[in-house]
Amino acid sequence: MKYCMKAILLAAAMGWSSSLLLAAGTHPTTGEALTDDQIFTYVTIDEHTSVDPQIVEDVAGAAIVRDLFEGLYNQDADGNLVPGVALSHATNADKTVYTFTLRNSARWSDGRKVTAGDFEYAWKRLADPETASSYQWFMGVMNIKNADDVMSGDIPVSELGVKALTDTTLEVTLASSMSYFPLTTTHGSTFPSPQWAIKAHGANWVKPEHIVSNGAYVLTKHVPNETLVRERNPMYWNDANTIMEKVVIKIVNDENVALTRYLAGEFDKTGVPTGQFARMQTQYPEEVYSNPTLCTYYYNLNMGKHGPEALKDKRVRQALSYAIDRDIIVENILQAGQFPAYTFTPDATAGFTVPEVAVAVITQAERDTKAAELLSAAGYGKDNPLSIEILYNTSEGHKKIAIAISQMWKQKLGVEASMQNQEWKTFLTTRGEGNYEVARGGWCGDYNEASTFLDLVNTNSGYNDSKFSNEEVDQLLADSKTSDNPQPNYTRIEEIVADEAPLISIYHYTSAMFLKLSVKGWPHENVEGNWYSRNLYKVAE
Amino acid sequence: MAGWIRKSGIKLMIDLKAKKNFNFYNFELAPDDEMKGRSLWVDARIRYARNKMATICLFILILICIFSIFGNLFAAYSIEEIDWAILGMTLEKGYPSFETGHYFGTDEMGRDLYARVVQGSRISLSVGFIGAIISTFVGTMYGAISGYIGGRLDGLMMRIVDILIAIPFMFILILFLVVFGRSILMIFVGIALFSWLGMARVARGQTMTLKNKEFIEAAQAIGVSQFTIVIRHIVPNLLGIVIVYGSLMIPGFIMAESFISFLGLGVQEPNTSWGALISEGAGTMTYGTFWQLAFPLSFFTVTMFCFYFIGDGLRDAFDPKDR
Amino acid sequence: MLNLIVRRVAIAIPTLLIILVISFLLMHAAPGGPFTSEKPLSPQVLANIEAKYGLDQPIHKQMFNYTVGILTEFDFGPSFKYKDRTVNEIIAQGFPVTMTYGVWSFIIAVFFGVPLGLIAALRQNTRTDYFAVSFSIAASVLPNFVMAPLLILVFTLWLGLLPGGGWNDGSWQNLVLPVIALSTSYTAELTRLTRASLLEVLRSNYIRTARAKGLPELKVILRHALKPAMLPVITYLGPMFVGLITGSFIIDSIFSTGGMGYFFVNSALNRDYSVMLGITLLVGGLVVLFNLIVDLAYGWLDPQIRY
Repeated sequence: MKYCMKAILLAAAMGWSSSLLLAAGTHPTTGEALTDDQIFTYVTIDEHTSVDPQIVEDVAGAAIVRDLFEGLYNQDADGNLVPGVALSHATNADKTVYTFTLRNSARWSDGRKVTAGDFEYAWKRLADPETASSYQWFMGVMNIKNADDVMSGDIPVSELGVKALTDTTLEVTLASSMSYFPLTTTHGSTFPSPQWAIKAHGANWVKPEHIVSNGAYVLTKHVPNETLVRERNPMYWNDANTIMEKVVIKIVNDENVALTRYLAGEFDKTGVPTGQFARMQTQYPEEVYSNPTLCTYYYNLNMGKHGPEALKDKRVRQALSYAIDRDIIVENILQAGQFPAYTFTPDATAGFTVPEVAVAVITQAERDTKAAELLSAAGYGKDNPLSIEILYNTSEGHKKIAIAISQMWKQKLGVEASMQNQEWKTFLTTRGEGNYEVARGGWCGDYNEASTFLDLVNTNSGYNDSKFSNEEVDQLLADSKTSDNPQPNYTRIEEIVADEAPLISIYHYTSAMFLKLSVKGWPHENVEGNWYSRNLYKVAE
Repeated sequence: MAGWIRKSGIKLMIDLKAKKNFNFYNFELAPDDEMKGRSLWVDARIRYARNKMATICLFILILICIFSIFGNLFAAYSIEEIDWAILGMTLEKGYPSFETGHYFGTDEMGRDLYARVVQGSRISLSVGFIGAIISTFVGTMYGAISGYIGGRLDGLMMRIVDILIAIPFMFILILFLVVFGRSILMIFVGIALFSWLGMARVARGQTMTLKNKEFIEAAQAIGVSQFTIVIRHIVPNLLGIVIVYGSLMIPGFIMAESFISFLGLGVQEPNTSWGALISEGAGTMTYGTFWQLAFPLSFFTVTMFCFYFIGDGLRDAFDPKDR
Repeated sequence: MLNLIVRRVAIAIPTLLIILVISFLLMHAAPGGPFTSEKPLSPQVLANIEAKYGLDQPIHKQMFNYTVGILTEFDFGPSFKYKDRTVNEIIAQGFPVTMTYGVWSFIIAVFFGVPLGLIAALRQNTRTDYFAVSFSIAASVLPNFVMAPLLILVFTLWLGLLPGGGWNDGSWQNLVLPVIALSTSYTAELTRLTRASLLEVLRSNYIRTARAKGLPELKVILRHALKPAMLPVITYLGPMFVGLITGSFIIDSIFSTGGMGYFFVNSALNRDYSVMLGITLLVGGLVVLFNLIVDLAYGWLDPQIRY
């Protein structure tokens, strides 16, 4: 594309300072020939919310933050922890105090040293009611001592369980023992922030002209809802190993248009529109990928006080679950290698084995028969049809699934299934207030451990939209926190949930994308989808 | 659209002046209301019939209306039934075919596009017609009252119109659908809420020229109440212009609904509309399933085409000067 | 004239106030708020956030504070969704974009639509006329959201001539497709309007008189027909101009221009209260302004009108 080349040359001419020398040549470890233009251009569907590590709340923004900032730990291509600013950590016997040792060579883009104090400041900033971050709750996930009281403003921020002992030693005190704590430090909310820059520029510190960051890239340009550019940060401690010079986001609100433009050569990466995966894979087998991710698509059955009487009957809930043909949804509608789900936690979750529950091991024909039996046993049939409304939020994919499921229920069970489509915020409100019968849900793990999924069925969970309550489950969850081998607890919980069916697991997500053949280093095996631009490089054709 | 409106207003003001005198003499000769009205309508009808394009278009539009009402009698499937054999293989198996009974093919979900186009036509046409009826009714009454009573009330009523017209209509409509939930009823209400404004201005202008006419003075002299004058004498004489203007507004309403559907705020599944079908079809046009765009788009464009010609034809029919 | 301006300005103030109140009320009546999210915030956190943005105050107070902020500092507040930016910044970034493609579309529509309409009227019932009429109707019935992806398909994917979107600081390559997609239906509307208007003027008595006097046809048209024929066109141009420069959601979202139209619609869906109000007020103000300009132009063209 001519105009593309032009833009690149222009950008190069306009003081693109970093070392072009390293870009040309070969990859230091694999020896592949590299192209001269190490520029990675990818599409996001919507504008990111912020690039402030403590403020950002969306996936697209988190990817930017991972490039601009660096936390205690990073993830490698498989999702394992690798040292970031922290070199290592030690913990006390009951795993309530973690002490991180930071590297000496880490620098901010303005040349200052990255210290443990920057982390202490950032974490306190996240918990501080003044900051009013939508991601404050992550402090709760991290289980840091006094987090709840600090967030509510009951005690001063200084009481938060985090402390810089020296410039390179960070001590974290947890509210209770938690073995997977280090996993949470790869999350953008925990990344350090430069106190002096925030002080000097206030909310404007994240503007390209003011921002100071400690990651492999610095923000150089941002045109809202159009483009965002980040370029390599020469002050980054591991800059010598960065190959990609420049990363460009183009915002394209329409996924079909994005694909057309990708095919015209404008981008290196874009998404695959719902339902087009199979077709695209045949046409472009080498550029289309589908990677498992830590997300589950499910339907909530409202068992709460506003929910319909019928759904309080376990047999009805089971019947609705049995009658959904997950294979059709996965193979004929989504077609992007998603996994049919009969249990809640994805198989891809680290250290988790999916238990074999009753509904999973029989054939669909058997399930259909069972479903019909259960429903008639519950007293619903031709003369007394069950009527159910499915609530979903506006989206092509959700619509297709709702249409298919409503037809499955209608045809197999004679259920009068109707659909209610609401735009996002209205949908969240309706579902949150429990004014629905059946509502779609999607849940992505905050970290790579089964508890991030199973906590959802806890009676007190804020995300338990089904209003499911089971004492045994609550107890098993509480015990699993401190257990060295929580798998038996998880298995039991999954069995109870599959049997009680407060929610119907439908499928486990994959992330489907187009990636140009020349782009290498993408972490396809990272189930949390945490990718770092500094690991990417472009090879010559 | 606004230009058309003011323009047709200006134009009709002139010819309705001529018509009013005509009415007045009729009134004297045969004080039968029925008689007086009919000759005008017959006149218009004859003039309309002379416009070939408008007549053809009217015929086509009637066919489309019939299709939207009775078309589903010929459908082999309902609008919501999924053809499981086709689901996921739309490109390979969902093409238009008489063998499968999917005359127009299927949509991405394997549902019969023919049945859905019938249903979409029904909804889109009703949005157009009902929108026009509501806005015509409200606008005419508002304009007639404002124009006839005049004075302070007129000033106030027209300032209200001025203010409302400056409000970004589409934006408020979106908020409306967000606040009150999306339903076909809300689309009607939302569209009607703002569309009567232009009509009110036109009707008012027309009323101003009417109210000094002799037949109104005569009615006032014999003590007919103001309300009755507006209803019995002013409004019937506005009908010509109102019909023309109303017919010109219909395509706008259908367009508005299609935009709302594009935003995903349109009718609820499994119901559909032309806008929803076209926007689904446009999304998948690069993937080879062209029929998903072609059928609803043809119905949409042909109808819009027809409304434009019918509107022109009606204007000429009520405008004797041109002949 | 001055009288008209004063009257219009006098009405502009209540107009904008009413727009403000209606939008404010509708907005707050909408379910959910700017901070409703998939992972619901704990009441504590939500309270912290609402306090920070002043959303914990009663609605009339919020409205008052907001108005005062606009009047005293021209400050429309921070965006609730795009937290790195204020409404002023969003408008300052988005408005020039829509302004640019809007003005270009306006110019294109006027330069093609009006002459085409004039030619069609002068050659009524010839092939040229039929072409103009069918073009204008066809173009005005094709929805934007079909045309825009179609243009990208042809010019970007198949021909590889132009970028399929983006703004690139307004370079001409990025402007071409949005301008075509946006201006076509307006061009068509102008063609139809101009044609119909000129035809009507040409049939009027004074033109007949002028012709009867033996004036050359060109003179008849230029001297006597053109100006009155332009009246309805001018009326149309005002709202059309406002419509064009305040942006199109479809153009912005399909061509990713970063214009204001996208923010306008999306702020309503995101409950980004401040962005929503800021843009609504801006659009309302522009409508008022351009209605005034149209009225003034009208007076200049039609000496019969006196204010």
